[in-house]
Amino acid sequence: MSGLPIVLFDGVVYGMLLFLMSVGLSVTLGLMGVVNLAHGSFAAMGGFASVVLTSRFGVPFLLALPVAAAVTALAGAVLERTLFRRLYRRSALDQVLFTVGMIYVWIALGTFVWGAGQQAVQLPVFLQGQVELPGGYAVGRYRAFLLLVGAAVALAIFLGIERTRFGARVRAAQGDRDMASGIGIRVDRLFAATFALGAALAGLGGALSIPVLGLDPTFPLKYLVFFLIVVCVGGPGTVLGSLVAALAIGIIDVAGKYYAPEIGGFVIYALVLLILFWRPNGIVARA
Amino acid sequence: MTAAGSIAAALHASFPRQALAQDGEPIRIGLIVTYSGPYADYGRQMDNGIALWLEQNGGTVAGRPVEIVRRDTAGAAPDLATRFARELVTRDRVSFIIGLDFSPNAMAIAPVLTQARIPCLILNASASDIPARSDYIARISFTVAQVSAPMGTWAGREGIRRVITVVADYSSGVDAENAFRDAFAAEGGEVVSSLRVPMSNPDFSAYVQRIRDEAPEAVFFFFPSGDLPNNFLRTAHERGLPQAGIRLLATGEAMDDSYMQAAGEAGLGLITTHHYSTAHDSDLNRTFIEGYRANHGDYPPNYMAMTAYDGMAVLHAALERTGGETGGEAVIEALRGLRIESPRGPIEIDARTRDIVQTVYVRRTERVDGKLACIEFDSFERVANPHA
Repeated sequence: MSGLPIVLFDGVVYGMLLFLMSVGLSVTLGLMGVVNLAHGSFAAMGGFASVVLTSRFGVPFLLALPVAAAVTALAGAVLERTLFRRLYRRSALDQVLFTVGMIYVWIALGTFVWGAGQQAVQLPVFLQGQVELPGGYAVGRYRAFLLLVGAAVALAIFLGIERTRFGARVRAAQGDRDMASGIGIRVDRLFAATFALGAALAGLGGALSIPVLGLDPTFPLKYLVFFLIVVCVGGPGTVLGSLVAALAIGIIDVAGKYYAPEIGGFVIYALVLLILFWRPNGIVARA
Repeated sequence: MTAAGSIAAALHASFPRQALAQDGEPIRIGLIVTYSGPYADYGRQMDNGIALWLEQNGGTVAGRPVEIVRRDTAGAAPDLATRFARELVTRDRVSFIIGLDFSPNAMAIAPVLTQARIPCLILNASASDIPARSDYIARISFTVAQVSAPMGTWAGREGIRRVITVVADYSSGVDAENAFRDAFAAEGGEVVSSLRVPMSNPDFSAYVQRIRDEAPEAVFFFFPSGDLPNNFLRTAHERGLPQAGIRLLATGEAMDDSYMQAAGEAGLGLITTHHYSTAHDSDLNRTFIEGYRANHGDYPPNYMAMTAYDGMAVLHAALERTGGETGGEAVIEALRGLRIESPRGPIEIDARTRDIVQTVYVRRTERVDGKLACIEFDSFERVANPHA
């Protein structure tokens, strides 16, 4: 069992990665009610933005991250105004069909612009290799970095949605749209801002995930299942739920694959099944 | 016999190949491959390879112009492939079917080929028993077992004794695992653990950590080309497997030309076995690579463009042998034992199994002019599919 601390660390980091990639979907799905299966397209957009910035314009990796998030936020705002707002009052099936279609449009567009190959991002030296921890354990520097960023993002969104006036308005608008506009909340603008926030989070997650997951135009399709698992298990619209779900899935997935590789790949799905039997609306269901 | 099959057979009987009579008539070739969706690149590479061979060889096959009838399966879609094969045979009246990137598609069309007596050249699908499914199928690509077994032999001869295998959990992964283990055991080596990884596996930390803790002398891994090999390599690099004395061995899928540059530092020193490297040192390969670059610039060819290029060369050689006769039996007879020089080196279609026999190279990933390249340093000649 000598590997246990490392397995726990890897599990937590993998969970953080899942959290960073999915939390934006939790925001748009839970707070706005849009089944945005094209969430991964925004993540891929953030990823490509960071690749272009770092490799073509020589922007440092750490600076490229917020810029990538800003770029996807802008793209999110534009697409919200032009496309997504037409979906708010449509059925879930319409939303699913539309956003799945968007994934294919994105794949074709991404392949056209960047080719089908995989993109590389050059990490700064201080994020490469391993760092020695007390106790003789060595952990990947980039993984430690992901852990810190994930924790900071979780805290920022939690405070932003649960503790600010903006968050209160969004929650009010989601609860009763007409009532919210009746008391003077500009629901239209609010939703555009929320959607842009969801896209920005996706873009950040995408940019952060490249050094571990790689990036090619099929990214949005490849990781769709993982976004959905985290949001379903956590409960849509709760940042805390997404975080708990992502960490639980990360730890159990890594532990399963380390200790019982014969069945390891299946453990995560069994877990999802059990949790959804136990709490069909997710671990932390928004009332 | 299905309805479409009956029609095909009837057509075949009533129009006994007008072959030699119409020399100027184009040869119609059905190409079943993927042009859309996540694997759209496959079709693009094959189109480019076919066009390049024609461009470099006077635009004709055996003196006749060529008409390619394309069909897009958008990935693994056996039902669609079967429908296309029937349409190509009955409505489009093609003389050959080529392409077939996904194994299930190749398996599915086998009965149609047999009924219609239409020869088929497999340009990618690599499941072992595809040529056995129809007497009209010949394969000029490769099989996963064919390139995995030589790695087992090579590792054993290098004096490596304890290896862990890590493969993607699907049929090709299992093929690679078995072929490597058997060949390695024959040289006195032992596979101490066999890890199987689900096809969608974002994070490799658990597997790589386990390998590190078990400390074998080498790891042999197989994943379909794409993001998985690079993700594995990056994690192995981060945890310092090479520094811990664990050598990394793989098949050429890990160094696919479309993905390999993204591996960066993590790819350096990786030993792979495969039938083709774009860095292969031969005149024909230089002609192929330079022609491709002239047409497509920075978009690099991969092994699919190369086999499609060979597909035209093989058809040409076969039709030269038949004297222009395009009937199924005659062409298949001509394909048996056919040998040509390919950009990958000499290739041969086995007279009995109709499967590819070729040189499998051992390569080391090195940096050449700032880019990763698979440099061949050892080879196994005339390797057949071990599971044929």
